[in-house]
Amino acid sequence: MVTTPSFYETPSPPGTVGIKSWLLTHDHKRLGLMYLWAILFWFVIGLTIGLLLRIELMTMGRTIMSAAVYNSAFTLHGVIMIFLFVIPVIPAIFGNFFLPIQLGTDDVFFPRLNLLSWYLYMFGGVLAIVSLFTAGGFPDTGWTFYVPFSIGTKHNVPLTVFAAFILGMSSMLTGLNFITTIHRKRSPAMGWLQIPLFTWSLYATAWVQLLATPVISITLLLVIMERLFNIGLFDPDKGGDPILYQHLFWMYSHPAVYVMILPGMGVISEIIPTFSRKAIFGYRAIVFSSMAIAVAGSLVWAHHMFVSGMSDTAVFVFSLLTFLVAIPSAIKVFSWVATLYKASIEMTPPLLYALIFIYLFSVGGLTGLVLGSAGTNIHVHDTHFVVAHFHFTMFGGTGFAFFAALHYWWPKMFGVMYNFRRAYIAATLTTVGFMFHYVPMFILGLKGMPRRSYDYLPQFARGNQLATVGGVLLFSGIILMLINLMLSLRNKRTAASANPWGGCTLEWTIPSPPPLHNFITEPKIKEYPYDFSDILANPPKN
Amino acid sequence: MARQPDQTGIRIGMWLFLYTEIILFGGLFVLYAVYFYDYSSDFAKGGKELNRIIGSLNTIILLVSSCTVAASITAIRQEAKKLCLLLLATSFLCGIVFLINKYFEWGHKFAHGIYPNSPTLTSGPHGQNIFFGLYYVITGLHGLHVIIGLTLLTLSFVRVYQDKITAQRFSLLENSGLYWHLVDLIWIFVFPLFYLIL
Repeated sequence: MVTTPSFYETPSPPGTVGIKSWLLTHDHKRLGLMYLWAILFWFVIGLTIGLLLRIELMTMGRTIMSAAVYNSAFTLHGVIMIFLFVIPVIPAIFGNFFLPIQLGTDDVFFPRLNLLSWYLYMFGGVLAIVSLFTAGGFPDTGWTFYVPFSIGTKHNVPLTVFAAFILGMSSMLTGLNFITTIHRKRSPAMGWLQIPLFTWSLYATAWVQLLATPVISITLLLVIMERLFNIGLFDPDKGGDPILYQHLFWMYSHPAVYVMILPGMGVISEIIPTFSRKAIFGYRAIVFSSMAIAVAGSLVWAHHMFVSGMSDTAVFVFSLLTFLVAIPSAIKVFSWVATLYKASIEMTPPLLYALIFIYLFSVGGLTGLVLGSAGTNIHVHDTHFVVAHFHFTMFGGTGFAFFAALHYWWPKMFGVMYNFRRAYIAATLTTVGFMFHYVPMFILGLKGMPRRSYDYLPQFARGNQLATVGGVLLFSGIILMLINLMLSLRNKRTAASANPWGGCTLEWTIPSPPPLHNFITEPKIKEYPYDFSDILANPPKN
Repeated sequence: MARQPDQTGIRIGMWLFLYTEIILFGGLFVLYAVYFYDYSSDFAKGGKELNRIIGSLNTIILLVSSCTVAASITAIRQEAKKLCLLLLATSFLCGIVFLINKYFEWGHKFAHGIYPNSPTLTSGPHGQNIFFGLYYVITGLHGLHVIIGLTLLTLSFVRVYQDKITAQRFSLLENSGLYWHLVDLIWIFVFPLFYLIL
């Protein structure tokens, strides 16, 4: 291939140099990388706090921190992981970097708005840090900021809530940008059903972001107003209804879990066919299930509130709707497995992460049904069962999809290949740690250990010790994985070819790392995005 | 930035944004609906305490300003720069008058001891407290949007004056106009919900 300068050498707008060429950039690829570093920073912080929490729970009573610190620490862990990591991670990093490329275009529709989203993200993060050290310290409410406690507590709720508001704005603008890009900047030759599945999943995600995020914005604003003016909209003493807060909160926050998982599913839908050298099973079914999840997922919010005192009719309806969401999710899982069936599978680190994803996500999804059915929910509500469930979906799901995406697209983003052996070891270590960490929590939860509590009864001691051992393994696995990726950027670089994996979406037709406007010549759009006949005729050498 | 000739795309982006604004207020309307169901008689009583004359006046003012914004876009498309500036200035003035009216309305209520967490409200019936609580939150947030809208109108005015907005390139003006219509539209819902409630 002719050597064209990569986007690292050609700043956009032209003429900017040094740090300015990054901080003022309009290039979606540079923004993707800037998100990558910022999000990785928060991820490591959130991970460390999580580990400290786990160490605290290793023994009964006080281990390393006081109860008050513990309360703030689990809130901080939640806020960082939800608002600063899981929600933006895949859309902001890989969406920004690859969505325009997969569509065969040179950038997103609103490049300057994209830069603004990044600044809003950074601003939100800074506010979160500031709220740690001002006016009473970080909130101790949990990331849900439930009233009346969030209005009564002396900790610094308003600033943290405002940070979440700003982060919501950032995510909303990214969604807006993606929808417009997909509608207006798609290569003219690409029809709707020729769009790669990762981009499709981002399209569904973007709609959920636009649909739901304003609801959390207004809810958080109301919390701030209550703190400032004591209006009493959620205060029963003044005629308000605290349950309404929970409704408003989950009206956003449940759809938000699909904002977290849908892009992850998109990543897996790219990786599985690539390493199966086979068209994905049920392309249309996956597309429609993404949209179905986006729609159905917006109608299930009150299943977080079965014990809040809703009417039985409401419980019944929300439980039923919750079960319905399982259908499109299962369609995806079966399609991935069917793609692997009788395929010529090539094992690589991204595929290993993707396979682990399928397993962990399935466990997370199935335990979700235990929580979604009204009867069993009452037994395990607010126990460690819930903690294990959502970590299986959010961490085992989105987290592992993020790791898979990192390993899959790393060669394209940086033009280097990483060490496979270390990547496999890290993946295994992380997974083993993960199982030891969260499986005991299912059992602890079934036995009745409540979540978010600082201390526990003697019968929960063994499970907690086991979970802490798992936590340490998990932590070291992830650190090893990150070190391995960092090492690929230093030392002796192993250059990656344009198509090291044998992928057949458009990003693999251009050099690694890509040139400024992505495509040197007009991209050739395939009749069907997962047509591997060219790849099979000329297998990749790497 | 490279030229953005795709007017439709810019418009799509703006409509999506407006949609998020509607949902933002939608959350508050949900609260209104639930509390109206709980406290309908208190809400009706509260509505009678609001000044319908100022409310109607403000509605008319906003409708007029929306009309002049729409006319200013037509004016710039027909290259009538002076007329466009005049119409924009009218809209801007209408917005200011709206805010002044709102200021007197709020001030009047404050003088009667009706403001968030005031002794009159907290010791009175619950429904009354919620009604006025929502009144202040919704009209306050709407007022904030009026201010943002006025800023956009000012920006458009300056850009038209500098000939940066022309008959060929008027997205900023059009989008500011759309935003102003949104401000108007939300008021059209707020007005009957608070002032005309039975």
